[in-house]
Amino acid sequence: MAIEIPSIPLGDWIEGGLDWLTSEYSIVTRAISRVTQTGIDTLNDGLMWLPEWGLLAIVVALCWWVANLRLGIGAALGLALIWNLGLWEPMIETLTLVVIATLVAVVFALPVGIAAALSERLYRTIMPILDFMQTMPAFVYLIPAIPFFGIGSVSAIFATVIFSMPPAIRFTTLGIRQVPVELIEAADAYGATRSQKLIKVQLPMSLPTVMAGINQTIMLALSMVVIAAMIGADGLGSEVWRAIQRLRPGDGFEAGIAVVILAMLLDRVTQSLRKGRKT
Amino acid sequence: MNENRNVKIRVRNLSKVFGNHPKKALELREQGLKRPEIFEKTGLTLGLSNIDFDVYEGELLVIMGLSGSGKSTLIRCLNRLIEPTEGEIVIDGENIPALSEKALLECRRRHFSMVFQNFALFPHRTVQQNAEFGLEIRGVDKAERTEIARNALHHVGLDGWEDAYPNQLSGGMQQRVGLARALANDSTVLLMDEAFSALDPLIRGDMQQELLELQHRMQKTTVFITHDLDEAINIADRIILLKDGEIVQIGTPEEILTHPADEYVARFIEGVDMSRILTAQHAMRPVRATAREEDGPRTTLRKMKENGLDSIYVTSRDRKLLGLVEVDAVAQAEQQGQENLRDFMTQEFRAVGPEEPLHNLFAMFSEKSFPIAVVDDNRKLLGVVVKGAVLDELARAAEPAELSEEGSENANENLAAAGDA
Repeated sequence: MAIEIPSIPLGDWIEGGLDWLTSEYSIVTRAISRVTQTGIDTLNDGLMWLPEWGLLAIVVALCWWVANLRLGIGAALGLALIWNLGLWEPMIETLTLVVIATLVAVVFALPVGIAAALSERLYRTIMPILDFMQTMPAFVYLIPAIPFFGIGSVSAIFATVIFSMPPAIRFTTLGIRQVPVELIEAADAYGATRSQKLIKVQLPMSLPTVMAGINQTIMLALSMVVIAAMIGADGLGSEVWRAIQRLRPGDGFEAGIAVVILAMLLDRVTQSLRKGRKT
Repeated sequence: MNENRNVKIRVRNLSKVFGNHPKKALELREQGLKRPEIFEKTGLTLGLSNIDFDVYEGELLVIMGLSGSGKSTLIRCLNRLIEPTEGEIVIDGENIPALSEKALLECRRRHFSMVFQNFALFPHRTVQQNAEFGLEIRGVDKAERTEIARNALHHVGLDGWEDAYPNQLSGGMQQRVGLARALANDSTVLLMDEAFSALDPLIRGDMQQELLELQHRMQKTTVFITHDLDEAINIADRIILLKDGEIVQIGTPEEILTHPADEYVARFIEGVDMSRILTAQHAMRPVRATAREEDGPRTTLRKMKENGLDSIYVTSRDRKLLGLVEVDAVAQAEQQGQENLRDFMTQEFRAVGPEEPLHNLFAMFSEKSFPIAVVDDNRKLLGVVVKGAVLDELARAAEPAELSEEGSENANENLAAAGDA
């Protein structure tokens, strides 16, 4: 006789918890939703208000300034291709989501990363949580986002922030912990307070590593906002999504190539920023 | 020689135990156990045990010992980069181990500047910004600290390098920045942790000389850590010898070299080139006879005969050295019927100050075998050094080290270890 072991209703508990959160904190979620949406709209409208060639010129100049002329030329060619393919508007929408999600992620990640670097206990608490956040399949975050923030871009931002935040936290912690002991000792010997040590020694010295973390966060954010098309986020992802539904591989690849171009641009620019800080 | 100076830092009964429950180690020590036994029983390391010493105002005190002797721990206890387990460290009336965290910061800012073995410069700051660090921490305003730091960089010979980054400088220059950072801070005590050990020997010698000059000019109380006895001898006013976390001997370089407290110290100094440490006044003998400037040839010849001399120094009435006459010249003067020896004196001899190192005297002997005259600043004749006396003095100084024949192999090992550390 097989004994029937009742399965643990883990899913029910989680759903119950989420329902409770949604109903109890609807004021909070609605406020967040409104603020985020305003941010998205403002940035999006701003970028769209610029004529295509205007934005293109700004990006090229930026690339030239932070890196070199070659990156500038590459950026010009890539953006021109996107414009030519008629994917300018979805590209801007995607860029907007990436920028906002990255900003939010970094605003949370920096203080948490710094705190985890300075407190061993917090470090040990936070690392498994980060592992959880990174290994959970990205799609799963999309589901609770909907009851919180409804279908659309705000939900996409929510899921993206959670998914892309861990590297920024990890690299910040790593960067601060990597500062050589003797430099900390030197700062102590001259009577530096904890905050002086942090501001004058630990943070500036960890900056290249922190920038590497932010670069990772941007890349993850880009991949997530594309996936977030499934819950109604605008942008290049929804172009891909439409191509899948209509079985039009050509359209799908065009949008895919636009994502690749955007990714490479974001990556190269942030990498150069990071190297530029090194002296 | 420093007994009448003011005490700047008084260290009493200082101990440091590494590990949890340090009291246990201290109890075992009271029972007379030594470091290795305590470690075996408890897993605790007795880093420092019952350290007592004073640092006098304005002196350059060298703490030396081999690696593992506790010297780095000791210097870090002074400014509490390492918390002492027990004991007193009193600077200007403040007991450092008892200070609150805030008072400790204040104390570090006012009293201590530190120079580190591997420089510990901030790579993201320019030379100028590095030199300003201590002042910046203390909240000195921008214009003032720029001025002070620039001045400190000038003192260490780094004019024109203000905007460079540390990684653009050689090791010696980097340590000059480290020194400038410490000097700019104008603290009352300078702590130097193996400050020159990472530099190559030539640069190291230069830096030692410069430190001595700075020390001479500024009279800054300095505690200098080193594993290198030659370095210690070269720069120290006094030396503290540490072994296994305990003080073996405190004394001037000379006292340590000529009267080593025990076999350990004796072995330690075996490798030192004694001729660099001993000076002319150690080998100096009183002058047996001198000629006066108004003496005639006859008197002089007689003095020389009585004392068996081939040459004799001529002095004025107040014993100022005027010259030297050789026996042939005196004989010639007598034949010519001269009244005095003024025209027969030669200046072809060497005169040195009492502080002249013996090794400089060797070269002088090779020229001509007149005794070397030792004179003071007013050229008063203090004594003479003859060739044999130099060798005698060296042999005598080396004697204590040879007490332990069986220990000599060990000593070489120790010194090799010191070189590696």
